[in-house]
Amino acid sequence: MIKQQEVTPDILFSSEEKQDMFITGSEAVKEAVKRANVDIAISYPITPQSESMHLVGDLYAQGYIDEYLRGENELAVMSEVAGASMGGVRVFTATGGPGTLRAFEMFSTWSGARLPIVCAFLTRGLNSPLTIQPDNLEMAHVLDTGMLMLHAENAQDLYDMLLRAFIVAEMPDVHIPIGVFADGFFVTHTRDKIQVDSEDIKLPKYNPYNSPVPAIDMENVPVRLMRDPFVMKSNFISYAAHASWQQEVLAAVERSRRYLNKYLGGLTEVTHEGAEIMVLASGTAVSQSREAIEQARNEGIDAGLIKLKCLRPFPVEEINNALKTAKAVVIPEFNRVGWLFREVKAALQKEIHVIGAPRVFGGMTMPVELILDEIRRCHNV
Amino acid sequence: MSTLKYKVAAGPEGYLPPAAASCGIVLPEKGEALIEGAIVPEEEAMLEIVKKLQNASNPVFFPGPLLLWDWKEGVREKAKEVKEFADLMDARIIPMPDYRPKYPMINPEIEINPNHPNLTIWHNQIDVCVFIGVHCHYANVALKIVRGGTDCYTIALCAEMGHEDAMISLRDVGLQKIKALKEIAVKLKKGGQG
Repeated sequence: MIKQQEVTPDILFSSEEKQDMFITGSEAVKEAVKRANVDIAISYPITPQSESMHLVGDLYAQGYIDEYLRGENELAVMSEVAGASMGGVRVFTATGGPGTLRAFEMFSTWSGARLPIVCAFLTRGLNSPLTIQPDNLEMAHVLDTGMLMLHAENAQDLYDMLLRAFIVAEMPDVHIPIGVFADGFFVTHTRDKIQVDSEDIKLPKYNPYNSPVPAIDMENVPVRLMRDPFVMKSNFISYAAHASWQQEVLAAVERSRRYLNKYLGGLTEVTHEGAEIMVLASGTAVSQSREAIEQARNEGIDAGLIKLKCLRPFPVEEINNALKTAKAVVIPEFNRVGWLFREVKAALQKEIHVIGAPRVFGGMTMPVELILDEIRRCHNV
Repeated sequence: MSTLKYKVAAGPEGYLPPAAASCGIVLPEKGEALIEGAIVPEEEAMLEIVKKLQNASNPVFFPGPLLLWDWKEGVREKAKEVKEFADLMDARIIPMPDYRPKYPMINPEIEINPNHPNLTIWHNQIDVCVFIGVHCHYANVALKIVRGGTDCYTIALCAEMGHEDAMISLRDVGLQKIKALKEIAVKLKKGGQG
């Protein structure tokens, strides 16, 4: 183990001392966690999954993480993660696909309990017949759990977003869980050249005493295992308290915007601003869209790109600004339901032609030509 | 999110008003404060806090666990200053000792609970209140319920980033800011301008 020095997030995130690595997305997860000063990591290393949590286990063996254990299934893991976080430590875990759904009850519990858990979701297909291939349908399910959601395009994004996720999630006025999503296999299993920070620095320790809810320890009496269970009382005021509690979680999501803007450089990234036809995408669909746009521009079509880095909070204002002069927007997705299409349709404040295509799923790749065809169709309308 | 500027005014606002943060109200930066949803210099808010308390017919301080328990260095001194500030403002103190829902119900005469804060405000006919030392999540839940169902004017003295749902909110409130509030109160009592 290399001796690491704690530095402020601003120093770590602006460090110019970078090292090039040619690694998989799963290895990028390991590199981020190595510098995140994580107290405990808990895993259910389902096979086949990404190897992320196995690699985090290696970090424990090397001394970079204080505690590491395996749960008996995903629901157990996410419950144990909640317990650790309630105890006031920094915790990390990862899951994906059917594991996400098996653990699902806990995601709303995390946000309701104001737990700043960082979880990597390395997405894969959900439905029978079983697939281990990429598909981000599970993200549709997580959208309304009260968690913050980031979506990485590639291994570099995954590394950067994970490190920053700890700091955003732990802000006292935010303090809710954050999911960093990456399209499994495409990002987790393929190698990419990325830049990582020096190995001898790491984030500062998490301070649970700035938390908006008391951490469970013997100094904070009375010790409570649950946040107040209104379910035990049936009257208007208990219902109103629960409703206000939910509103406060949504408020915390809103408060995260300023930190996400600061640490991610914005919730979106726009290329060729003001173009007539915009392609709006998140995750690996951004890479194919970028290529399609360059080909379209070579054909003389005025096309641009909106990359969504963040899905919760949803960048409503940013999207509307980016589409101010566009006549059409194309939304390619790696799932069959088109959850991003639905989100964008609900957020639009003007009439515009919205194309919810192309969509591929079940592990299929997305040929650039499919996106290019949609751009051409919009251009010819 | 509405693009109209939302005002965080005394209620009762309605059946289930939204959290102010979801209506575009943002927390202040260092050196700033919130008055009814608008960002103002901290000094302006401090003066307004003292005036509101001075003109109240029944002001009450609600100290929470972060102030009531001697859990870290400096808390005892801060609690003493807060007590003196409340005395200076002729304000009562009703504690929020913990966050448990109380069954069958709380005694609103002697305590306030974040899940039922309106009961304490209605029972004691409180027109201006000060939240201090309450963990931020519970303060926000309580402040929103108070604004929804009562006409009480709420002030939050927060050691962290502040509270959008309070009518006046100061951030980073430590010992020195309580002392500064006391000084303003003394000056105003003597007929000065703060």
